[in-house]
Amino acid sequence: MSSNKKYWKSVEELKESSIVETLKQNEFVNEIPTDEFLGDKETLEASSTTRRDFLKYVGFSTAAASLAACEGPVIKSIPYVVQPDSIIPGVANYYATTIADGFDFASVLVKTREGRPIKIENNNLAATNGGANARVNASVLGLYDSLRVQSPMKGENPISWSTFTSETTQKLNATKEAGKQIVFLTQTYASPSTSKLISEFKEKYLNAKHVVYDAVSESAALDAFQTKYNERGLADYDFSIASTIVAFGADFLGDWQGGGFDSGYSKGRIPKNGKMSRHIQFESNMSLAGANADKRVPLTPSQQKLALAKLHSLIVGGAFSGSLPAHIEKEVQATASELDKAGRNGVVVTGIQDVNAQTVVLEINEKLESKAFNPKKPIRTRQGNDKAVMTLIADMKAGKVGALIMSGVNPLYTLPNASDFAEGLKNTDLSVAFSMKADETALASQYIAAAPHYLESWGDVEIKKGHFGLIQPTIRPLFDTKQFQEVLLLWNGNDVKYSDYVKTLWNSEILEGASFNQALHDGSFISQSSSDVVDDTVEASQDNVETPSGSAARALATSATSKGMELTLYTKVGMGDGQQANNPWLQEFPDPITRTSWDNYLTVSAADAKRLELVNEHEATGALNGSYAEITVNGNKLTVPVIIQPGQATGSVGLALGYGRSAGLKEEMQTGVNAYKLYQGFNTIQDITVTKAVGMHEFACVQLQNTLMGRGDIIKETTLEIFNTSDRTVWNAIPTVSLNHEEVEVTSPEVDLWDEFDRSIGHHFNLSIDLNACTGCGACVIACHAENNVPVVGKEEIRRSRDMHWLRIDRYYSSEESFAADDAKKEGFDGLGLFSENGSLGGFGELEIASDNPQVAFQPVMCQHCNHAPCETVCPVAATSHGRQGQNHMAYNRCVGTRYCANNCPYKVRRFNWFLYNGNDEFDYFMNDDLGRMVINPDVTVRSRGVMEKCSMCIQKTQKTILDAKRDGRVIKDGEFQTACSSACSNGAMVFGDINDKESKVAKLLEDDRMYHLLESVGTKPNVQYHTKVRNTKA
Amino acid sequence: MKKSYQSLEVNSINNMKKVIHRKLGINILHLGLVFLLTFSTALSAQEGDPVNGKAIFNANCAACHKLDKKMTGPALRNVEQRLADSEGLDREWLYAWIKNSAGMIKSGDAYANKIYNEYGGTAMNAFPQLSNTDIDDILAYTGAEPPAPVKEEVVDDRSNPESDTSSNGLILGALALLFALLAGALYLVNKTLRSFAEVKGVELVDQPKRKPLWKAFVENQFLILVTAILFLLASAYFVYGYFMQVGVNQGYEPVQEIHYSHRIHAGDNGIDCKYCHSSARVSKHSGIPSLNVCMNCHKSIYEVAEGTQAEGLAEYGVDYNAEIKKLYKAVGWDDVEQKYTGETSPVKWTRIHNLPDFAYFNHSQHVSVAGVECQTCHGPVEEMEVMYQYSPLTMGWCINCHRETNVKVKDNEYYTKIHEELSKKYGVEQLTAAQMGGLECGKCHY
Repeated sequence: MSSNKKYWKSVEELKESSIVETLKQNEFVNEIPTDEFLGDKETLEASSTTRRDFLKYVGFSTAAASLAACEGPVIKSIPYVVQPDSIIPGVANYYATTIADGFDFASVLVKTREGRPIKIENNNLAATNGGANARVNASVLGLYDSLRVQSPMKGENPISWSTFTSETTQKLNATKEAGKQIVFLTQTYASPSTSKLISEFKEKYLNAKHVVYDAVSESAALDAFQTKYNERGLADYDFSIASTIVAFGADFLGDWQGGGFDSGYSKGRIPKNGKMSRHIQFESNMSLAGANADKRVPLTPSQQKLALAKLHSLIVGGAFSGSLPAHIEKEVQATASELDKAGRNGVVVTGIQDVNAQTVVLEINEKLESKAFNPKKPIRTRQGNDKAVMTLIADMKAGKVGALIMSGVNPLYTLPNASDFAEGLKNTDLSVAFSMKADETALASQYIAAAPHYLESWGDVEIKKGHFGLIQPTIRPLFDTKQFQEVLLLWNGNDVKYSDYVKTLWNSEILEGASFNQALHDGSFISQSSSDVVDDTVEASQDNVETPSGSAARALATSATSKGMELTLYTKVGMGDGQQANNPWLQEFPDPITRTSWDNYLTVSAADAKRLELVNEHEATGALNGSYAEITVNGNKLTVPVIIQPGQATGSVGLALGYGRSAGLKEEMQTGVNAYKLYQGFNTIQDITVTKAVGMHEFACVQLQNTLMGRGDIIKETTLEIFNTSDRTVWNAIPTVSLNHEEVEVTSPEVDLWDEFDRSIGHHFNLSIDLNACTGCGACVIACHAENNVPVVGKEEIRRSRDMHWLRIDRYYSSEESFAADDAKKEGFDGLGLFSENGSLGGFGELEIASDNPQVAFQPVMCQHCNHAPCETVCPVAATSHGRQGQNHMAYNRCVGTRYCANNCPYKVRRFNWFLYNGNDEFDYFMNDDLGRMVINPDVTVRSRGVMEKCSMCIQKTQKTILDAKRDGRVIKDGEFQTACSSACSNGAMVFGDINDKESKVAKLLEDDRMYHLLESVGTKPNVQYHTKVRNTKA
Repeated sequence: MKKSYQSLEVNSINNMKKVIHRKLGINILHLGLVFLLTFSTALSAQEGDPVNGKAIFNANCAACHKLDKKMTGPALRNVEQRLADSEGLDREWLYAWIKNSAGMIKSGDAYANKIYNEYGGTAMNAFPQLSNTDIDDILAYTGAEPPAPVKEEVVDDRSNPESDTSSNGLILGALALLFALLAGALYLVNKTLRSFAEVKGVELVDQPKRKPLWKAFVENQFLILVTAILFLLASAYFVYGYFMQVGVNQGYEPVQEIHYSHRIHAGDNGIDCKYCHSSARVSKHSGIPSLNVCMNCHKSIYEVAEGTQAEGLAEYGVDYNAEIKKLYKAVGWDDVEQKYTGETSPVKWTRIHNLPDFAYFNHSQHVSVAGVECQTCHGPVEEMEVMYQYSPLTMGWCINCHRETNVKVKDNEYYTKIHEELSKKYGVEQLTAAQMGGLECGKCHY
């Protein structure tokens, strides 16, 4: 019974048309491009390698390779001929020094192994700027940058230093004869010895000038301070003693006025005796400071100016001529009354680059008699003078400048009018750039004077009036370099060594009889009498107009106008002013706010994005894409990718400086766009127009879920009021499970599946993280990178969520006005009517969208070292196991890469090595570079492809501490145990120690009411504690 | 050298015990020798006892002076005569110089200052404890004629073994011939017997052909199966054994750039391991000694004793003195001028003990804290002419030791509390390294 039915796929087939027949014959509709793959016939025939030869070669090389594998390599070891006394192979030495690169100033300790600096740590002996931020932590890698200039260059040809000095001296003398100017254009050195050297130079060459140029200028603040206090500097602020902090567009937890204020701020943020500081932030971009604020008011820059003027009138007095929207006026009035109440404990700061704004703030703080405000010991780490720079450019174009000597600056990249500068540079008879890199300016100069890294240099710095730091080399110069000061000595005809020069100067003028060696050992020195070493070498702008009180506020209010969108330029925690752009650690460092790396972007508010039809989308892989926007400032056009930023004030946009460099950078590091082109008049605030541009940009963003979705057990938080008045069970309840129909706390042993292992003997390590003290600065991320040889994977891999950071700082936005409102919303969901008004499905969808002005929370997450670890039970080869000391061990050589552990980890802290990052040329970062490899920590394994890795709680450091104690035969004191992250945290947010030592800080923190564990309901019993975030919010 | 002395002494003591009357003869001999020597030297130098002088010289002067070679100080052969001839200085000057050279330099003595400057501004140690008689003795010793160089009678040791092998060959050849003759004889006998049998008409019964053994074996499937299994098991055993030794370099004994004999340094001379490998006490690395450590001794030890040199040539085929010259070249030491040239060529040693990168090992933990002898892991280094890897350095080997070794807790305050609590918990008197946590993965792998 055969069927007569005929099946056909299309009408054509039924009709038996010719096309069907043709297609039947062709298996592939499109022709397979075999030629492309094999090459054309002619080439094939021309080749002398036959197929048989090819197979022979393959067979032979395979056999040879496998034979060679059986033979162990012969390893040569070369000991010293004469071993230096201080170096014992395998034992680290620490040296105190100071970084002063013109943007970052900090006293640091440098860890060296076998003479190689491998890590930067905080200098706890230093009273000022003893904390290293993310960039300073990463700066050690800059030493091993393979693109450094290796010898002095004349044009493109390497020359010797003797040629360099004789030629330049000759030209300097010629310039002197010609009566033209000799100008030093330098970064802020704040160095007593450099100032003295330049003044000595001026004695020899009377027509010499010194112009200080900061790429990111604080000139307005400096001018305001100078007018008021007759001294060029920046007021010092101690936020640890302030009870009410009000900031107008000042990211004082970031790089505002030189940075370094975060550790003081954090001290005041930990609730003590029911009190903590209150922080109110008025700003347009979402900054670190804004993210940490108790109350954040998003305002466009012009509104900020008005609000500041208003606040001035409310506190200092005087009329306010301007109109503020009612709700903002209300906020300002509330702020003023809070400041009033705080009295001397209140403080106001601003980051608006406007002399009037800065003056207004100084006046308010004077009026408040703020204790946190100290104009007597001004900060000296910013000395740039915009007007002097502008005059210089004009002089250069006019041909008045005969010789231009630049050090630590890259004006051709950082100046908005770089073309004017380039034009002027051509008019000079002599141009010298002291630079570590063949950057834009160095390439355009006649001579590149190869400069050493700060870890190879001598020097001194006065960070704050009377607070000095010493710079000492920690390694011999890797290349044929000379620092600016050494060459100055040569030009001055002085044949002492620069180190001796510093020593003599310090002994005679700074140390007041104290020991130089002690100061060198400590890395810092505080002068008791704080003698005035005023830098009189710098060209000061003479046209300071005395402004009577109140006039500044009026001028500020009238200047607050805007046309269209307002752009605020800012610096990112990871990139700063861009001088470390060739540092892969910093490129891969995710921005604390946007969690995006390898890029800068225009931050736009959701409302503006909707209006301008700018979108952010996720690809199927989870990678983030964003539209391009074209922005125009005074006719300068720039196309930038867009990120929609919750909390961005509507009508304002933000863009980070420091990106878009190309000269002297590896191709991978040439990321982003150069925002300095928009930095006109050294003003971070610009009026711009934004239009949508074609195309989508691919971002490398490591966090896709931006909101907590009401899961209050991940970040527990409460308000100061509830914290002070209620029991722990109200705001930090331990989750419960049902046992025999009774609610039992999940931490109690009877509901546990596992038998508890007794850890009461020996050490039991715990890491405590205080969410109140953590500002999200990310110093710990880079410190972990350096300590644990974490590879850099590059933008493409980050897009595939293959980032390798052992320690990440999650950032969450609230979906409603606050996280508490999120929780309330979630609790109110109706489980049945999914899409109804209270429906859970639609409701959760809403919770995914961050609020326009969200609360923000930072949470550092690393391996939680669970005592009942889910990863350990699923490893088929027992590569991960638990130690008695509480650490979750990972034996890389045992791991076979099944990745079960990562899948079973509730915290997503395990990282898989997809590639041999240290041996694959596709990853041209520090680990694939003979020079870059010098930074690798020899105590930690460099992991191979195909294995899991994760935070080890720095077991190499705890083991070393234990061994040292064993060798000395002593008991370990509290504070000796440290991890890389805890020792990098200058804010005191991370505390590490032994909880079996009942007197230790971390053991006491474990008993603290604010303590909770991440996802406690899972029952993993982690060894990382978190401390509930308390916000000082007011109803 | 030292070792041979020791054995000599032991022998003589044994002899003394056994045949006590011999002692008399030896004593007489000794006496005679002393008498002869005193007599002869008394003739050559008017005063001073060269035998005593030699002892004093070796105790006080030899660290910086040699008789015929410039070292830290000048060569001292015939120093008195030389000074008298060239500088016109007498013995009184020498007394004063030896007792307080610094004082003489200060006082502005011309020759004293000349010598001081010639030797790089380093003053000679003062020897106020030496009496004039002692100095007389020393000068007597320095004034003695150098012993006539003993003609080296090099015995060609190598000819002996060669003749041995040739005689062996001869014997073997003779034996082979004998066997061949025997086999031939047997064949002839057999043939003769057969021919006899044929002649006599005796029927030689051919035995029925049995199935050959191999055929029977091949046809028995059970046997084949068993053999195959056995064969597979055996090969698996050997393959496993082969793979397990890949990367295990036990017995690795590479030839080094400079032939350094641990036997002489650590064995014969009894130098403590940690004198050279000093970082083993404080660091994870034991450290290959830098060359300046070698020069601490080899600045004055520019050649080995004759016996040692001969032993080296004969037994190991090594010219020790040439090896010392290699050291001088590497460190840039000019032995003639007694100064550093500054031209160094660091030694590229071939590393013998090498743990994989993923295993963390710390010497100081074992050497300083646990007090483990170096020989426990490195074997009898003091007997090794050429250093080799004694232990397998495998993880199993590490773990066995950690299981068996007790933690050394005595007088170590760090362990007091933890040991008290842990030993109570485990109910043992002494905790092993394993019980202390020495088997946890993360202790060595991170």
